[in-house]
Amino acid sequence: MAANPMYQFNVYRIGPEIKINNIDISFTNASLFMVISSLAILIIFNLGTKRSIIPNKIQLLAELSYSFISKMISDTAGSKAKPYFSFIFSLFMFVLFCNMFGMIPYSFTVTSHIIVTFVLAAFIFIGVTIIGFIKHGLGYLKLFVPSGVPMVLLPLIVVIEIISYLSRPISLSVRLFANMMAGHTMMKVFGGFVVSLGIVGGWLPLGFSVALTGLEILVAFLQAYVFAILTCIYLNDALNLHH
Amino acid sequence: MKKIIFQFLALSLIFTYSAQSAESGGMPQLNPEFWISQIFWLVLTFGLLFIVLSKFILPKISNNLETRKSQILENIETADKQREETEKKVKEFDKIINDTKVEAKNFFNSERQKVLDDINNKRLSLEKDIEKEIIKAEEEIDQLKKTSQEKITKIAIETSSDLVKQLIGEDINKSSLSAIVEDLSKKEMEKHNGI
Repeated sequence: MAANPMYQFNVYRIGPEIKINNIDISFTNASLFMVISSLAILIIFNLGTKRSIIPNKIQLLAELSYSFISKMISDTAGSKAKPYFSFIFSLFMFVLFCNMFGMIPYSFTVTSHIIVTFVLAAFIFIGVTIIGFIKHGLGYLKLFVPSGVPMVLLPLIVVIEIISYLSRPISLSVRLFANMMAGHTMMKVFGGFVVSLGIVGGWLPLGFSVALTGLEILVAFLQAYVFAILTCIYLNDALNLHH
Repeated sequence: MKKIIFQFLALSLIFTYSAQSAESGGMPQLNPEFWISQIFWLVLTFGLLFIVLSKFILPKISNNLETRKSQILENIETADKQREETEKKVKEFDKIINDTKVEAKNFFNSERQKVLDDINNKRLSLEKDIEKEIIKAEEEIDQLKKTSQEKITKIAIETSSDLVKQLIGEDINKSSLSAIVEDLSKKEMEKHNGI
Protein backbone atom coordinates (compact mmCIF):
# COMPACT_ATOMS: atom_id res chain seq x y z
CA MET A 1 0.00 0.00 0.00
CA ALA A 2 1.13 3.49 -0.78
CA ALA A 3 0.27 4.60 2.74
CA ASN A 4 3.18 2.66 4.15
CA PRO A 5 6.02 5.17 4.56
CA MET A 6 8.60 2.51 3.76
CA TYR A 7 6.89 1.51 0.54
CA GLN A 8 8.76 4.20 -1.40
CA PHE A 9 12.05 2.38 -0.81
CA ASN A 10 10.90 -0.81 -2.48
CA VAL A 11 13.04 -1.97 -5.36
CA TYR A 12 11.22 -3.68 -8.18
CA ARG A 13 12.22 -5.03 -11.53
CA ILE A 14 11.64 -3.00 -14.65
CA GLY A 15 11.59 -5.08 -17.80
CA PRO A 16 12.86 -8.63 -18.11
CA GLU A 17 14.89 -10.54 -15.58
CA ILE A 18 18.58 -10.51 -16.47
CA LYS A 19 20.71 -13.28 -15.03
CA ILE A 20 24.40 -13.92 -15.59
CA ASN A 21 25.74 -17.10 -13.98
CA ASN A 22 22.66 -17.31 -11.81
CA ILE A 23 23.25 -13.78 -10.46
CA ASP A 24 20.31 -11.44 -10.77
CA ILE A 25 21.35 -8.11 -12.29
CA SER A 26 17.93 -7.07 -13.55
CA PHE A 27 17.21 -3.46 -14.40
CA THR A 28 15.28 -2.02 -11.46
CA ASN A 29 13.83 1.34 -10.52
CA ALA A 30 17.06 1.95 -8.59
CA SER A 31 19.07 1.34 -11.76
CA LEU A 32 16.69 3.61 -13.66
CA PHE A 33 17.36 6.51 -11.31
CA MET A 34 21.11 5.87 -11.35
CA VAL A 35 20.98 6.08 -15.14
CA ILE A 36 18.78 9.18 -15.05
CA SER A 37 21.09 10.95 -12.58
CA SER A 38 24.20 10.09 -14.57
CA LEU A 39 22.61 11.17 -17.83
CA ALA A 40 21.39 14.42 -16.26
CA ILE A 41 24.90 15.15 -14.98
CA LEU A 42 26.44 14.36 -18.35
CA ILE A 43 23.91 16.42 -20.29
CA ILE A 44 24.14 19.45 -18.01
CA PHE A 45 27.92 19.45 -17.86
CA ASN A 46 28.26 18.73 -21.53
CA LEU A 47 26.10 21.76 -22.26
CA GLY A 48 28.43 23.69 -19.97
CA THR A 49 31.54 23.08 -22.05
CA LYS A 50 30.85 25.60 -24.80
CA ARG A 51 33.90 27.68 -25.50
CA SER A 52 32.68 31.17 -24.92
CA ILE A 53 34.43 33.88 -23.00
CA ILE A 54 31.20 35.13 -21.46
CA PRO A 55 29.42 32.01 -20.15
CA ASN A 56 25.71 31.39 -20.45
CA LYS A 57 23.72 30.11 -17.49
CA ILE A 58 24.45 26.40 -17.86
CA GLN A 59 28.11 27.07 -18.54
CA LEU A 60 28.25 29.30 -15.49
CA LEU A 61 26.66 26.52 -13.43
CA ALA A 62 29.17 23.97 -14.68
CA GLU A 63 32.13 26.27 -14.12
CA LEU A 64 30.94 27.34 -10.68
CA SER A 65 30.54 23.72 -9.58
CA TYR A 66 33.95 22.96 -11.04
CA SER A 67 35.63 25.73 -9.08
CA PHE A 68 33.52 24.97 -5.96
CA ILE A 69 34.73 21.36 -5.82
CA SER A 70 38.23 22.25 -6.87
CA LYS A 71 38.38 24.77 -4.02
CA MET A 72 36.94 22.24 -1.58
CA ILE A 73 39.60 19.70 -2.52
CA SER A 74 42.49 22.12 -2.36
CA ASP A 75 41.25 23.47 0.99
CA THR A 76 40.93 20.09 2.66
CA ALA A 77 43.45 17.83 0.94
CA GLY A 78 45.96 20.27 -0.51
CA SER A 79 47.49 20.38 -3.97
CA LYS A 80 48.53 16.73 -3.88
CA ALA A 81 44.89 15.70 -4.27
CA LYS A 82 44.59 17.23 -7.74
CA PRO A 83 44.75 13.87 -9.60
CA TYR A 84 41.68 12.71 -7.67
CA PHE A 85 39.66 15.75 -8.64
CA SER A 86 37.56 14.08 -11.30
CA PHE A 87 36.70 11.19 -8.99
CA ILE A 88 35.54 13.48 -6.20
CA PHE A 89 33.70 15.66 -8.70
CA SER A 90 31.86 12.62 -10.10
CA LEU A 91 31.16 11.36 -6.60
CA PHE A 92 29.74 14.67 -5.39
CA MET A 93 27.64 15.15 -8.50
CA PHE A 94 26.36 11.58 -8.48
CA VAL A 95 25.32 11.73 -4.83
CA LEU A 96 23.85 15.20 -5.24
CA PHE A 97 21.81 14.32 -8.31
CA CYS A 98 20.60 11.05 -6.80
CA ASN A 99 19.52 12.92 -3.67
CA MET A 100 17.85 15.67 -5.68
CA PHE A 101 16.02 13.30 -8.03
CA GLY A 102 14.77 11.57 -4.92
CA MET A 103 13.01 14.80 -3.97
CA ILE A 104 10.64 14.51 -6.93
CA PRO A 105 7.40 12.91 -5.76
CA TYR A 106 6.90 9.26 -6.79
CA SER A 107 10.56 8.99 -7.73
CA PHE A 108 13.12 6.70 -6.14
CA THR A 109 16.05 7.78 -3.99
CA VAL A 110 19.09 5.75 -4.93
CA THR A 111 21.11 6.96 -1.96
CA SER A 112 18.48 5.84 0.54
CA HIS A 113 19.71 2.29 0.14
CA ILE A 114 22.48 1.23 2.45
CA ILE A 115 23.98 -1.09 -0.15
CA VAL A 116 24.56 1.76 -2.61
CA THR A 117 26.13 4.13 -0.11
CA PHE A 118 28.11 1.30 1.43
CA VAL A 119 29.59 0.29 -1.93
CA LEU A 120 30.61 3.89 -2.55
CA ALA A 121 32.08 4.27 0.95
CA ALA A 122 33.85 0.93 0.80
CA PHE A 123 35.35 1.82 -2.56
CA ILE A 124 36.58 5.12 -1.12
CA PHE A 125 37.92 3.40 1.99
CA ILE A 126 39.81 0.74 0.04
CA GLY A 127 41.07 3.27 -2.49
CA VAL A 128 42.29 5.66 0.19
CA THR A 129 44.02 2.84 2.05
CA ILE A 130 45.75 1.65 -1.12
CA ILE A 131 46.84 5.24 -1.93
CA GLY A 132 48.17 5.61 1.61
CA PHE A 133 50.23 2.43 1.41
CA ILE A 134 51.53 3.33 -2.07
CA LYS A 135 52.55 6.84 -0.98
CA HIS A 136 54.07 5.98 2.40
CA GLY A 137 54.68 2.22 2.33
CA LEU A 138 54.42 0.69 5.78
CA GLY A 139 54.91 4.18 7.20
CA TYR A 140 51.21 4.65 6.57
CA LEU A 141 50.66 2.60 9.71
CA LYS A 142 51.97 5.61 11.65
CA LEU A 143 48.48 6.98 11.11
CA PHE A 144 47.42 4.79 14.03
CA VAL A 145 50.15 6.10 16.32
CA PRO A 146 49.51 9.73 17.13
CA SER A 147 52.58 11.67 18.19
CA GLY A 148 52.94 12.97 21.72
CA VAL A 149 50.98 10.18 23.39
CA PRO A 150 52.48 8.69 26.59
CA MET A 151 53.73 5.12 26.18
CA VAL A 152 51.28 3.82 28.78
CA LEU A 153 48.29 4.94 26.79
CA LEU A 154 49.68 3.93 23.44
CA PRO A 155 48.17 0.40 23.15
CA LEU A 156 44.74 1.76 23.96
CA ILE A 157 45.09 4.71 21.57
CA VAL A 158 46.26 2.48 18.75
CA VAL A 159 43.30 0.19 19.20
CA ILE A 160 40.92 3.16 19.22
CA GLU A 161 42.54 4.62 16.13
CA ILE A 162 42.29 1.35 14.26
CA ILE A 163 38.64 0.97 15.18
CA SER A 164 37.89 4.53 14.13
CA TYR A 165 39.73 3.99 10.86
CA LEU A 166 37.87 0.77 10.12
CA SER A 167 34.52 2.31 10.99
CA ARG A 168 35.01 5.07 8.41
CA PRO A 169 33.17 3.31 5.56
CA ILE A 170 30.32 2.41 7.89
CA SER A 171 29.94 5.90 9.28
CA LEU A 172 30.26 7.42 5.81
CA SER A 173 27.65 5.14 4.24
CA VAL A 174 25.23 5.07 7.17
CA ARG A 175 25.29 8.87 7.48
CA LEU A 176 24.09 9.38 3.91
CA PHE A 177 21.70 6.45 3.88
CA ALA A 178 20.10 7.27 7.24
CA ASN A 179 19.68 10.94 6.40
CA MET A 180 17.99 10.24 3.11
CA MET A 181 15.81 7.45 4.47
CA ALA A 182 14.73 9.34 7.57
CA GLY A 183 13.85 12.48 5.63
CA HIS A 184 11.83 10.65 3.03
CA THR A 185 10.06 8.51 5.59
CA MET A 186 9.12 11.57 7.58
CA MET A 187 7.80 13.33 4.51
CA LYS A 188 5.78 10.28 3.61
CA VAL A 189 4.34 10.07 7.14
CA PHE A 190 3.28 13.70 7.03
CA GLY A 191 1.90 13.20 3.53
CA GLY A 192 -0.15 10.28 4.87
CA PHE A 193 -1.50 12.55 7.61
CA VAL A 194 -2.55 15.09 5.02
CA VAL A 195 -4.53 12.46 3.13
CA SER A 196 -6.12 10.89 6.19
CA LEU A 197 -6.99 14.14 7.99
CA GLY A 198 -8.55 15.47 4.81
CA ILE A 199 -9.53 19.03 4.02
CA VAL A 200 -10.27 19.91 7.64
CA GLY A 201 -7.24 18.78 9.59
CA GLY A 202 -4.77 18.24 6.79
CA TRP A 203 -3.45 21.77 6.61
CA LEU A 204 -1.05 21.47 9.51
CA PRO A 205 0.74 18.32 8.25
CA LEU A 206 0.66 19.84 4.76
CA GLY A 207 2.50 22.87 6.11
CA PHE A 208 4.96 20.55 7.80
CA SER A 209 5.37 18.66 4.58
CA VAL A 210 6.14 21.84 2.67
CA ALA A 211 8.67 22.92 5.29
CA LEU A 212 10.19 19.44 5.32
CA THR A 213 10.56 19.54 1.54
CA GLY A 214 12.69 22.65 1.87
CA LEU A 215 14.68 21.05 4.67
CA GLU A 216 15.14 17.86 2.69
CA ILE A 217 16.46 19.74 -0.32
CA LEU A 218 18.98 21.37 2.00
CA VAL A 219 19.83 17.96 3.47
CA ALA A 220 20.18 16.48 -0.02
CA PHE A 221 22.80 19.08 -0.88
CA LEU A 222 24.43 18.99 2.54
CA GLN A 223 24.82 15.21 2.61
CA ALA A 224 26.37 15.18 -0.84
CA TYR A 225 28.75 17.89 0.33
CA VAL A 226 29.55 16.02 3.55
CA PHE A 227 30.13 12.82 1.62
CA ALA A 228 32.54 14.56 -0.74
CA ILE A 229 34.34 16.52 1.96
CA LEU A 230 34.82 13.45 4.15
CA THR A 231 36.30 11.70 1.13
CA CYS A 232 38.66 14.65 0.79
CA ILE A 233 39.60 14.42 4.47
CA TYR A 234 40.32 10.70 4.21
CA LEU A 235 42.33 11.39 1.08
CA ASN A 236 44.21 14.09 2.96
CA ASP A 237 45.13 11.55 5.67
CA ALA A 238 46.47 9.23 3.02
CA LEU A 239 48.35 11.89 1.05
CA ASN A 240 49.78 14.05 3.83
CA LEU A 241 50.63 11.89 6.80
CA HIS A 242 50.47 14.31 9.71
CA HIS A 243 50.96 11.97 12.62
CA MET B 1 -20.74 21.13 13.22
CA LYS B 2 -18.12 20.48 15.90
CA LYS B 3 -19.41 16.97 16.27
CA ILE B 4 -19.04 16.32 12.56
CA ILE B 5 -15.46 17.55 12.54
CA PHE B 6 -14.59 15.43 15.53
CA GLN B 7 -16.14 12.36 13.97
CA PHE B 8 -14.28 13.02 10.75
CA LEU B 9 -11.00 13.35 12.59
CA ALA B 10 -11.54 10.17 14.56
CA LEU B 11 -12.52 8.28 11.43
CA SER B 12 -9.52 9.43 9.50
CA LEU B 13 -7.19 8.54 12.37
CA ILE B 14 -8.60 5.05 12.42
CA PHE B 15 -8.12 4.76 8.68
CA THR B 16 -4.52 5.92 8.92
CA TYR B 17 -3.81 3.44 11.65
CA SER B 18 -5.35 0.56 9.76
CA ALA B 19 -3.57 1.54 6.54
CA GLN B 20 -0.22 1.70 8.25
CA SER B 21 -0.61 -1.50 10.18
CA ALA B 22 -1.81 -3.32 7.10
CA GLU B 23 1.69 -3.69 5.76
CA SER B 24 4.50 -4.70 8.07
CA GLY B 25 7.39 -5.12 5.67
CA GLY B 26 10.17 -3.48 7.63
CA MET B 27 12.96 -1.84 5.69
CA PRO B 28 13.19 -2.76 2.02
CA GLN B 29 16.83 -1.65 2.23
CA LEU B 30 17.70 -4.77 4.21
CA ASN B 31 16.13 -7.10 1.69
CA PRO B 32 19.11 -8.57 -0.18
CA GLU B 33 17.06 -9.62 -3.21
CA PHE B 34 18.30 -6.78 -5.44
CA TRP B 35 21.62 -6.00 -3.77
CA ILE B 36 23.72 -7.53 -6.48
CA SER B 37 21.70 -5.77 -9.15
CA GLN B 38 22.08 -2.44 -7.36
CA ILE B 39 25.83 -2.92 -6.97
CA PHE B 40 26.16 -3.90 -10.60
CA TRP B 41 24.22 -0.91 -11.89
CA LEU B 42 25.92 1.45 -9.47
CA VAL B 43 29.36 0.34 -10.66
CA LEU B 44 28.24 0.53 -14.27
CA THR B 45 26.59 3.97 -14.16
CA PHE B 46 29.05 5.56 -11.78
CA GLY B 47 31.99 4.10 -13.67
CA LEU B 48 30.68 5.39 -16.99
CA LEU B 49 29.89 8.75 -15.43
CA PHE B 50 33.40 8.97 -13.97
CA ILE B 51 35.07 7.99 -17.25
CA VAL B 52 33.06 10.38 -19.40
CA LEU B 53 33.43 13.24 -16.93
CA SER B 54 37.15 12.79 -16.41
CA LYS B 55 38.04 12.08 -20.05
CA PHE B 56 35.78 14.42 -21.98
CA ILE B 57 33.91 16.98 -19.93
CA LEU B 58 36.08 18.11 -17.05
CA PRO B 59 39.18 18.79 -19.20
CA LYS B 60 37.06 21.00 -21.43
CA ILE B 61 35.72 22.95 -18.45
CA SER B 62 39.16 23.40 -16.94
CA ASN B 63 40.49 24.38 -20.35
CA ASN B 64 37.73 26.96 -20.68
CA LEU B 65 38.53 28.35 -17.25
CA GLU B 66 42.24 28.52 -18.07
CA THR B 67 41.71 30.26 -21.39
CA ARG B 68 39.34 32.72 -19.80
CA LYS B 69 41.82 33.45 -17.04
CA SER B 70 44.68 33.92 -19.48
CA GLN B 71 42.55 36.04 -21.76
CA ILE B 72 41.49 38.22 -18.86
CA LEU B 73 45.12 38.59 -17.81
CA GLU B 74 46.08 39.46 -21.37
CA ASN B 75 43.31 42.00 -21.60
CA ILE B 76 44.35 43.53 -18.31
CA GLU B 77 47.92 43.72 -19.55
CA THR B 78 46.95 45.47 -22.77
CA ALA B 79 44.66 47.76 -20.85
CA ASP B 80 47.55 48.65 -18.53
CA LYS B 81 49.80 49.28 -21.49
CA GLN B 82 47.26 51.49 -23.14
CA ARG B 83 46.66 53.36 -19.94
CA GLU B 84 50.38 54.01 -19.59
CA GLU B 85 50.48 55.21 -23.16
CA THR B 86 47.57 57.53 -22.61
CA GLU B 87 49.22 58.84 -19.46
CA LYS B 88 52.37 59.52 -21.45
CA LYS B 89 50.35 61.25 -24.14
CA VAL B 90 48.53 63.31 -21.55
CA LYS B 91 51.88 64.33 -20.06
CA GLU B 92 53.17 65.30 -23.48
CA PHE B 93 50.03 67.23 -24.13
CA ASP B 94 50.36 69.03 -20.80
CA LYS B 95 53.97 69.81 -21.57
CA ILE B 96 53.08 71.20 -24.96
CA ILE B 97 50.35 73.33 -23.45
CA ASN B 98 52.71 74.61 -20.77
CA ASP B 99 55.41 75.36 -23.33
CA THR B 100 53.02 77.22 -25.54
CA LYS B 101 51.69 79.11 -22.55
CA VAL B 102 55.20 80.17 -21.54
CA GLU B 103 56.03 81.04 -25.11
CA ALA B 104 52.89 83.08 -25.45
CA LYS B 105 53.65 84.87 -22.21
CA ASN B 106 57.20 85.59 -23.30
CA PHE B 107 56.03 86.77 -26.66
CA PHE B 108 53.38 88.93 -25.08
CA ASN B 109 55.88 90.38 -22.60
CA SER B 110 58.47 91.14 -25.23
CA GLU B 111 55.90 92.69 -27.50
CA ARG B 112 54.56 94.77 -24.70
CA GLN B 113 58.08 95.84 -23.81
CA LYS B 114 58.65 96.79 -27.41
CA VAL B 115 55.43 98.72 -27.59
CA LEU B 116 56.17 100.43 -24.30
CA ASP B 117 59.68 101.31 -25.46
CA ASP B 118 58.31 102.60 -28.69
CA ILE B 119 55.73 104.67 -26.87
CA ASN B 120 58.38 106.01 -24.52
CA ASN B 121 60.70 106.90 -27.37
CA LYS B 122 57.95 108.58 -29.26
CA ARG B 123 56.83 110.45 -26.21
CA LEU B 124 60.37 111.53 -25.45
CA SER B 125 60.94 112.74 -28.96
CA LEU B 126 57.57 114.40 -28.93
CA GLU B 127 58.38 116.06 -25.67
CA LYS B 128 61.67 117.20 -27.07
CA ASP B 129 59.96 118.55 -30.13
CA ILE B 130 57.37 120.20 -28.01
CA GLU B 131 60.04 121.74 -25.86
CA LYS B 132 61.86 122.93 -28.90
CA GLU B 133 58.68 124.32 -30.28
CA ILE B 134 57.95 125.96 -26.98
CA ILE B 135 61.41 127.46 -26.83
CA LYS B 136 61.10 128.64 -30.37
CA ALA B 137 57.71 130.05 -29.71
CA GLU B 138 58.97 131.77 -26.58
CA GLU B 139 61.87 133.19 -28.49
CA GLU B 140 59.52 134.35 -31.17
CA ILE B 141 57.24 135.82 -28.55
CA ASP B 142 60.21 137.55 -26.96
CA GLN B 143 61.35 138.82 -30.28
CA LEU B 144 57.84 139.82 -31.14
CA LYS B 145 57.61 141.58 -27.80
CA LYS B 146 60.79 143.42 -28.47
CA THR B 147 60.05 144.21 -32.07
CA SER B 148 56.48 145.08 -31.35
CA GLN B 149 57.56 147.61 -28.75
CA GLU B 150 60.04 149.08 -31.11
CA LYS B 151 57.50 149.06 -33.90
CA ILE B 152 54.88 150.54 -31.65
CA THR B 153 57.21 153.28 -30.54
CA LYS B 154 58.19 153.86 -34.15
CA ILE B 155 54.60 153.95 -35.27
CA ALA B 156 53.76 156.12 -32.33
CA ILE B 157 56.60 158.46 -33.18
CA GLU B 158 55.59 158.59 -36.79
CA THR B 159 51.93 159.06 -36.10
CA SER B 160 52.66 161.62 -33.45
CA SER B 161 55.06 163.46 -35.77
CA ASP B 162 52.43 163.28 -38.50
CA LEU B 163 49.81 164.53 -36.07
CA VAL B 164 52.06 167.32 -34.88
CA LYS B 165 52.87 168.20 -38.47
CA GLN B 166 49.23 168.31 -39.31
CA LEU B 167 48.42 170.28 -36.23
CA ILE B 168 51.27 172.66 -36.35
CA GLY B 169 52.33 172.35 -39.96
CA GLU B 170 55.94 172.07 -39.06
CA ASP B 171 58.46 169.36 -38.69
CA ILE B 172 59.53 168.73 -35.19
CA ASN B 173 62.72 167.26 -34.09
CA LYS B 174 62.27 163.60 -34.24
CA SER B 175 64.57 162.78 -31.37
CA SER B 176 62.66 164.96 -28.89
CA LEU B 177 59.40 163.37 -30.06
CA SER B 178 60.75 159.90 -29.72
CA ALA B 179 61.97 160.70 -26.22
CA ILE B 180 58.49 161.80 -25.24
CA VAL B 181 56.81 158.79 -26.88
CA GLU B 182 59.23 156.42 -25.23
CA ASP B 183 58.61 157.98 -21.93
CA LEU B 184 54.87 157.65 -22.34
CA SER B 185 54.97 154.13 -23.66
CA LYS B 186 57.21 153.08 -20.80
CA LYS B 187 54.67 154.43 -18.39
CA GLU B 188 51.93 152.59 -20.25
CA MET B 189 53.92 149.35 -20.26
CA GLU B 190 54.55 149.67 -16.57
CA LYS B 191 50.84 150.12 -16.09
CA HIS B 192 50.22 146.99 -18.21
CA ASN B 193 52.80 144.89 -16.57
CA GLY B 194 51.73 146.10 -13.17
CA ILE B 195 55.19 147.15 -12.08
